[in-house]
Amino acid sequence: MRPLTEEETKTMFEKLSKYIGENIKLLVDRPDGTYCFRLHNDRVYYMSEKILKLATNISRDKLVSVGTCFGKFTKTTKFRLHITALDFLAPYAKFKVWVKPGAEQSFLYGNHVLKSGLGRITENTEQYQGVVVYSMADVPLGFGVAAKSTQECRRVDPMSIVVFHQADVGEFIRNEDTLT
Amino acid sequence: MGRKLDPTNKVKRGPGKKTKKQQGAETERTLTLDDDEEEEEEEDDDDDDDDDKEEENKSDADMDEEDTVQANIDEMDQFKLPGAEEREKEGVLPLDLKSIHQRIKDNIDVLCNFSTKREEGKERAEYISLLKKDLCTYYSYNYFLIEKLIDLFPLSELVDFLEANEIQRPVTIRTNTLKTRRRDLAQALINRGVNLDPLGKWSKVGLVIYDSSVPVGATPEYLSGQYMLQGASSFLPVMALSPQEGESVLDMSSAPGGKTTYIAQLMRNTGVIVANDANADRLKSVVGNIHRLGVTNTVICNYDGRQFPKVMGGFDRVLLDAPCSGTGVIAKDPAVKTSKDDTDIHRSAHLQKELILSAIDSVNAESTTGGYLIYCTCSIMVEENEWVVDYALKKRNVKLVPTGLDFGKEGFTRFKERRFHPSLKLSRRFYPHSHNMDGFFVAKLKKFSNVIPTVAKMDGETVKGTKAKKPAEKTTDETKASKADKKDGSRFEKKQGKKTKTPLKAKNRIGKNKFRKLKHMLGKPDVE
Repeated sequence: MRPLTEEETKTMFEKLSKYIGENIKLLVDRPDGTYCFRLHNDRVYYMSEKILKLATNISRDKLVSVGTCFGKFTKTTKFRLHITALDFLAPYAKFKVWVKPGAEQSFLYGNHVLKSGLGRITENTEQYQGVVVYSMADVPLGFGVAAKSTQECRRVDPMSIVVFHQADVGEFIRNEDTLT
Repeated sequence: MGRKLDPTNKVKRGPGKKTKKQQGAETERTLTLDDDEEEEEEEDDDDDDDDDKEEENKSDADMDEEDTVQANIDEMDQFKLPGAEEREKEGVLPLDLKSIHQRIKDNIDVLCNFSTKREEGKERAEYISLLKKDLCTYYSYNYFLIEKLIDLFPLSELVDFLEANEIQRPVTIRTNTLKTRRRDLAQALINRGVNLDPLGKWSKVGLVIYDSSVPVGATPEYLSGQYMLQGASSFLPVMALSPQEGESVLDMSSAPGGKTTYIAQLMRNTGVIVANDANADRLKSVVGNIHRLGVTNTVICNYDGRQFPKVMGGFDRVLLDAPCSGTGVIAKDPAVKTSKDDTDIHRSAHLQKELILSAIDSVNAESTTGGYLIYCTCSIMVEENEWVVDYALKKRNVKLVPTGLDFGKEGFTRFKERRFHPSLKLSRRFYPHSHNMDGFFVAKLKKFSNVIPTVAKMDGETVKGTKAKKPAEKTTDETKASKADKKDGSRFEKKQGKKTKTPLKAKNRIGKNKFRKLKHMLGKPDVE
């Protein structure tokens, strides 16, 4: 486990800011203690200093997970967000998409959100903007990328994709083995 | 006793013959026959058994089938112990489960009112051995387990217990209070067509699922971490642990994370939880559940629990849900009925003893809020429960405290020839038939000193006699002595270091220990 390098931090923050914008600083400066990011097995974990101190006791090969896993660096040094980060994306999300109850299931099986399943969308969402997907009961279900801007969404036909699927909470069951 | 399930024999025999023979062998039997019958049974495949015994009611054998059935029923009124020959034959004949069931009932009835209902001249042991055999046959347990269970339960309860093992426990879920409230969750699930109810007065977060039109383990509510599927019995150790906010807690065998997440929600995501499990594969489910339920204060690691005090110590509370034979969860895993034997029980008991010591060593006795250890298993065997705790009481500076659970049965303080520490009645046992949850054992221990009573450990051979007689006094004495010289260090890690060194030092220090020992022994009479 080690702190992130400059470059890694930049890659990761760029990715995060697609979803939560400048709210990213709320993740780092928290009123309830110091929180930090650490890299372990190519995965980025987000934890409080207190937990970090305890986790240093554990040898590297025996440590499985600390705090919350945000995602991992791929072999091409890109950063990929995991569904496990949803707990920290959802409260700070800038752009949101709500899906209708009928389309919930489809999204949770890993499909894109179609216009027909779109319940609501934040105003002024641009194309390719990172969005967090909610059910109509305001339960966060996952995140993705807007395929159409809000304006375009009004016009497109019901079967066209409006949000590209990236991660959904169904992965907790589908990919339990490769979750982090 | 493998006789009952020999398929080859079953095929050979016609059904009519069987009833006749069963009846025919209504004989006296003596205890001495008991041993032989096992061997005989194999050879006796053929019809030679009609002729050989001196029966009182041999005439029954000649009745036709209907009559024998009738006789069978009449017989229930005054239950007679079937003879050895009959029992032999049962082994080679197809079984009539109904009549066996009836016989179990009658037999228990007699045993419960033995002085009035017994047959003249029959020993209690005869009845018992028949009962054991019948229970093995009817519920398909192995003989070993039935023997254990008979020791454990009064006869009246035994059948209830066995019956309860045949039916599944209700599905229960636990609300994740980090994300939602029970009322909201219940409403959301009802809207999905789930029929549920609150679990009971003792839990504020549990819900019982009666039936559901959707899979409860895959609803959007489940996926978003609003609840956890968890047996009612798994709530108990965490409630007994009662973790406080800001504490550091160790969950020694955490998979699949149900108890760990419950601890986290009671601590409201503050403090630190170390979730350990020896099995790396099973840890994946811990990772999944912790993230799904939004628990952020957890470190997950993959050590063998026995090494744990070397890794870190100083926890305020430790939960040890020890690996066990699983005799409390037969309803979940019926393979336990036949797969366990004496060595299995002892093997897991041995592991449990090692684990409980290392769990105790991980607790910080000087913690202002805690210093507690919960030991629990899903086994109901005394060997894996009271015995293990009793062992820990002798080996470490711990004492039992009330679990804080207001139901459940008291732990045993005496079991057959064994006598345990009287405080073991503070531990709690839970049974499928009386509490409608999995069989479970919970004990809460409070550590009152970080010092490991080394004398007891090192000089095992030399001073065994004295040690066995008064371990309690000695440990307290030890405690006082060593507490004085190491009052300063509150961090437990330091002590750990010391502990690992002691075995090496022991050889040199043995004289000193002996001296102390002697001094103690000399001092003792003065006090008295």
